[in-house]
Formats: sequence, C-alpha cells, structure tokens
Amino acid sequence: MSNELVAGTLTLWARSLRGDRWLVLGWGVALAVLYWAQAWSVDRLYPGEGELARMAAAMERNQAMIALAGPARSLDTIGGQVTWQASAFGAVLLGLVVMVVVTRHTRAEEESGRDDLVRSGVVGRFAPPAAAVLTALVVSVFSGALVTLSLVVYPLDVADSVALGVGLVLCGLCFTGTSLVAAQLVSSTRGARGIAGAVIAAAYALRAVGDVSVPALSWLSPIGWYQAMQPFSGLRWWPALLLLAAVVVNLALAGALLVRRDIGAGLVASRPGPARAGPALSGTVGLAWRLQRGGVVGWSVGLFLTGLAYGALGTEVEDLVGDSDLGLEMMTQGVPDLVDGFFATMLLMLALLTAGFATSSTLRPRSEEESGLAELVLSAPLGRGRWLLSWTLVTVLATLLVLVVAGLGIGAGYAFVTADPVQAVSFVLPQLQHAPAVLLLAAVARLVHALAPRLAALAWAPLVVAVVVMFFGDLLDLPRWVRWLSPFDHLPLVPAEDPSLAASAAVLGVALAVGAAGQLAFRRRDIG
Amino acid sequence: MPSDVIEVRELVKTFGRVWALDGLDLQVRAGEVHGFLGPNGSGKSTTIRVLLGLLRADSGTVRLLGGDPWRQAADLHRRLAYVPGDVSLWPTLTGGECIDLLGRLRGGLDAARRDELVERFALDPTKKGRSYSKGNRQKVALVAALAADVELLLLDEPTSGLDPLMEAEFRDCVYAYREGGGSALLSSHVLGEVEQMCDRVSIINEGRLVESGSLAEMRHLSRTAVTAQLRGPATGLDDLAGVHGLRSAGGEVSFEVSFEVDPEAVEPALRLLLEAGVTGLVSQPPTLEQLFMRHYGERR
Repeated sequence: MSNELVAGTLTLWARSLRGDRWLVLGWGVALAVLYWAQAWSVDRLYPGEGELARMAAAMERNQAMIALAGPARSLDTIGGQVTWQASAFGAVLLGLVVMVVVTRHTRAEEESGRDDLVRSGVVGRFAPPAAAVLTALVVSVFSGALVTLSLVVYPLDVADSVALGVGLVLCGLCFTGTSLVAAQLVSSTRGARGIAGAVIAAAYALRAVGDVSVPALSWLSPIGWYQAMQPFSGLRWWPALLLLAAVVVNLALAGALLVRRDIGAGLVASRPGPARAGPALSGTVGLAWRLQRGGVVGWSVGLFLTGLAYGALGTEVEDLVGDSDLGLEMMTQGVPDLVDGFFATMLLMLALLTAGFATSSTLRPRSEEESGLAELVLSAPLGRGRWLLSWTLVTVLATLLVLVVAGLGIGAGYAFVTADPVQAVSFVLPQLQHAPAVLLLAAVARLVHALAPRLAALAWAPLVVAVVVMFFGDLLDLPRWVRWLSPFDHLPLVPAEDPSLAASAAVLGVALAVGAAGQLAFRRRDIG
Repeated sequence: MPSDVIEVRELVKTFGRVWALDGLDLQVRAGEVHGFLGPNGSGKSTTIRVLLGLLRADSGTVRLLGGDPWRQAADLHRRLAYVPGDVSLWPTLTGGECIDLLGRLRGGLDAARRDELVERFALDPTKKGRSYSKGNRQKVALVAALAADVELLLLDEPTSGLDPLMEAEFRDCVYAYREGGGSALLSSHVLGEVEQMCDRVSIINEGRLVESGSLAEMRHLSRTAVTAQLRGPATGLDDLAGVHGLRSAGGEVSFEVSFEVDPEAVEPALRLLLEAGVTGLVSQPPTLEQLFMRHYGERR
C-alpha cells in the first residue's frame, strides 16, 4: 500500500488512543478480572479436590450451562473452569468493546461531519479506518496480555494461559473486522452497531447450538474456534489459524467496500422513516415509551437470559455451593435450605439488575432536559408535572415488565432442567415481591434528579449500597444501620421466607412518598 | 385582550453568582412583531425561558398573555408556540413524527397547514432526527410552531441555519401571521432580519434593557453616514464636534471624505462640504448594525 493511501494514520491513531485511553485501560483490566476471578472463586468455593470434582461432574451434564458457556472440558481443573466460564463471555465482551471503538472512530465521525474536516487535510483514504483498527488492536492486545499475565501469575500453566490470551486477541481482531465491514454498509452509527452486534450474537448462538446438539455449527463461529483451541485440556494451536484467516478476510472485505462508496454514504442507502407520526406517538407517555422501547427490550432479553442461566443451575445447587462458608453466604444468603436459599439469592440478584434499569430509566428525563428537548415539549400546553409523571409511568410499568420477564427467565431455566413446564411461571410472583424495593430505588433516583439535577449521577449511589449490602453484608460484618439502608433488606427472602404483605406495603409506601416528594420538588425547580 | 402580550418589569434571574437578568424590562404589544436584540450571553434566551415558565424568576413581575407563566404554564401554552435557538430533535424520530407529536401535544394540528408548510420549507419529513442538518432541524421546529393556531410566537433566533430563500419564506409566514392579528417576540442578532420584520425593538445587554422603541424613534438618536466627493480638501471637518470616524483621501483634482455625523452636527458639516465644492454625495440612515455597534461598543 503506498503512503498516499494511509497518510496521516499515525496522527489519527494517536488522537483516537488519547480519547480512548481510559476505555482501553478499563476494559483491559475488566476482562483480565473476568478470567482471573474464575480461577480465584473456584479455588475459594471448592477448596477440596472432591468438591471440585463433584461440581464438575454435575456441570458436565448440564446442557443449559454448556449452551451458555461452551463445551465442558477438564472442568475438574482450575484452568478448565477458567476457560469454560470466561472464554465465551470474554470474546463477546471484547467484541462489543471493539465494535464501539471501531464505529466510533469511523462511522460516527462520518455521521457527525468531523470526518470531512479530517479528510480535507493530508489524510489518505484508508487512514481513518486504519487508525480505528490500530486502536482496536491496542484494546485487544492489551486485554489479551493482561488476561495471560494474570493467569500466569496466578499461577496457571504458561502455554495454556498464553493461548487463552492470544485467542481472545484474535477474537477481538475478528470482530474489529466485522465492525469495520458493518461501518461500510450503512450510513448511521446505530445501524452499523446493530449489524456488528447481530454478528457477534450470531457467533455466540451458533456455538451454543453447536456445543449442545450439532457440533458442526460451532465450527462456523469465531468463538467456537477460540474454544476449539482447548486451553488447559489438550491445547492445540491450529484453530487460531482459522481466526487469523477470518481477520484477514474481514479487513480485506472492509477495504474493498470502502473504495466502492462515497465518504458519508453507506453501501445500503439509509431507509426513510414515516412522514407522519403513528397513533401511538400522540402524547408524552407515547413519547417516553417510544424513546425507551429499545432499552426495555434490551434489558428484558438480557435479564431473561441471565435468569435462564440461574434457573438452569437449580438442580445442581448442592454440588455448586460446595462446603465453604463463602459459597454458602454468596449463593444462599445463609438460608438453611440450599435450593430455596439459592433461588432467593438469584431472585434478589435479578431484582438488583432490574434496579439498574429502573434507575437509568428514571434519569432518562434528565437527558431530555440537557439536550433541550424538554424545553420544546414543555412549550406545549402541558404542565411540567404531567410531563414528568408520563416518564415515571413508563419507568414503573417497564420496571414491572422487566421483573416479570426476569422471573419467567429463571422459571424457564428451572423448567428446562427439571423437565417440569409448570416451573416456568412459578417464579414470577416471587420475583415481583422485590418490586417495592426496586421502585423505592427508582423513587430515590427521582428525588435526586429533582433536587440536584446536576448531580443526577448520585442517584446510582443507593443501588451501589444495596449491592454491597447484599453481597458483602455478612462477610464484612456491616453494622445493622448500614444494612437497613438497603430497601431489599426490609423484604423477606422469597421463596426461602414467606412473603410479607405488611413489609411489601411498607416499602411501597415509602417509595410512593419519596417519589411524590421528587415529583413536587421537580415542579418547583428550573428546567435545564 | 390586554394591550400588552408580554409585560416584564424589573426581572431578576441569577444562576449561582451569575446575574443572567439584572432588572430587565420588556413590553410587547398585541399585534406587533417585536425584535429582541442583544449580543450572545446578554440574557435573551434566559428571558424567553422565563416567559415559557421553564425558569422561575428570582424577583420582578412577568405577565404573559395576561397570566403568570410560572403558575399557569400549561394554560398559557395553549395560546403560544416556541422555536428554540438551537433545535435538537430526538435522534430516532423522523421530522414528520416530531412535527405531529408537537402538534398533538398542543391538542392536534391542521394537517393541510402542516403539509403546506412542509412543502414551503422544502423539508423532507421522512428523515431521522439524527441525520438532519442544523437548518433542517430548525425547519422542523418552525413548521411545528407555524402550524399551530396561536396568538403569540416566541422565536429564539429562528433563522439561524436557514438559507436566504428559506429566510424569505419564514418572513412571509411571519407577515401573514401578523396580518391575522398574531404577536411575536423575535430574538436575533441578525440585524437585517429585525429591521425588515419588526415594528418595535428592544435592545438588551448584560441582562438589562438598553433601549426600546420603534426603529424610527431609535434612528433619531443615531448618526448619519456620509460619503462625499469634493473638488478641494474640506477644512474644519476634523475640528467639528459631532463628526466621527473621519477618513479622507486626496488626489490632484478630487478629494473624498467619509464620516459619521450626529444629527445636530449635520447642518454645519454640510456647510463645510459645500464650501469645499461637492461633486457627489451619499448619505445613509444608520443600519441597525451601526446602532448595535454603538450600543454595545461603548459598553465593552
């Protein structure tokens, strides 16, 4: 390639790296922790060899877990556990990170018009995408290197640790290429991310089906190739060549597409939308729903799948928990009946995740204020109180929906492993028992948003407190009053404990009072 | 109907230690298009946001269409429409959806009027909010506001981003709207636009009213710009009180002078020119640009 085509690449690369340095650092560390934490927790949860073997034997039979994580190989070793539990999720996570990096420095730049400005300088046609790929390369290599390093230091076997890191890097590069191809196809960043995300999801799904029933399908997926390297259970290097080939093909394809299109345009013309609003988009409730629809669907799918994974473990609880106190506390909240305790913990876990959705949804009107859109809407004849209530209504209903879906997910997982279809709906009501606490966290977020709009990020603090109390309350021996701060601490641990109408009503009452206070405070303050 | 659609007295609004509005007065009469002029950061948008009931006044009185914009926002908004200065749209909604949504929020809109305006402003209503240029986002907000049947328009720099053809369309729409008895407050720093469209003007700076009145009233305060070709050098002009910015260029046979002159010095200045022998003379009323420069130039 002549210099003419890539002039300016290094300057652009330096700029991208500068902008992404925290992202590179953060995700590199996060991915390393994902792998390393598997080794650490397996070691702590199953200290005796018998325990690990017992758990491994249970997991090897569990088709749901195999579909979620990958082929069960050498699960009675720490390395095997790390590979099994972390490799598929690690590849997906890194894929999503490089997807954001690549599209941000290519399609988003074009969409914003900044790319025109850059390309008006001495910049080759391939320079912006090349700089984006190099940045994604740095993210991938840094993550892979940290993974390998953390495992070698742990200490696990060096060659296998290197393979786990190298495979991860190659997966990252493979999805870098996919994202770059997607960025050539459509003219919107959102669209490009949609395509790249779908490819990553397909890669994950193909190997899931392949690992459980049709082995050939796993060989169509980059994640499948990564796991076919079999780190810690008969390591082989040749599947890495498949990944390498995919990287080359993807990048070449992206380059070929790039020279065949105009800058700013996609190969697929952007689709026009409706010239008129449909009947659903006729008020502030319709608007609030329309703007959050995608998020609600995303959270629902995510929590359904998470619930599915939890539910599928329901028959293996005893083997899973092991004999350590740590395992008992983390997985059953100290409840004597293991299965009930396990489900109580998982329902609480799903409720905490739902509270994440509820908090972000509660803060959504804040971004409407910041962008000036609230101003435009509020110039119409509706009070600010009604405007905010519309958003709150959508948040409350969507939160309940997400909780129900999460409950269905855990039920479906349990129904699958017990072959008892009735179980599918049996966790919906218990899951809804947590609704008052989730709504209370949302109400606190509303109050923060109303009183201190510029400090709205503080609205996440109560959720952090609730998470800390749940996971570390007993381990850290937190004082009574700190636990008291978590609304979940006031509700019974269903199904291990009996539901309490009085407790639910009390927490719901507090949620209503706090929410109403937020609503009133909002009506008294400036917008913007 | 009250004779003033907007009546603001001694309005104060602070943000922390910043005094955005510092005792502002503003009056807009029914049936007039009122120009609202000021440099960036002078408090124009803050005033409009107080008028919309989005911000709460710290002190002073604000009457809008005879009501209190903070307490009666929803009721009053039935009778007004607003175009923000920097329009942002929902990235995933099309322009057409935005217009319909905003129309429905104010209780439905006239579909024929909407279509006419969409065509008039050459707007493609099928594009998503994120793919519109600044000018096109502005058009979406303009169509939504002009399609509404209201008695007051609050326009915050409504033509920023519009091309001259679209600006002309916008002016025609506002003329027609005024013919129909509507009132408007039009903030701007595009002086030509205010000069062409507005009956009266208020000039503000640093949160205070500097001057208010019809353009005719304000012109008498200002200078006349004169350029003259002369047979000989004009002597004494540089000593004459009330003559500003004198520039002269002289050759062998002809001389040219240009200067600005206060109204009371026009007559003595002309005498001096006549003495030098005038072959050509151009005198212009000051543009609003000059008014602007004078008011803000002296204060900075």
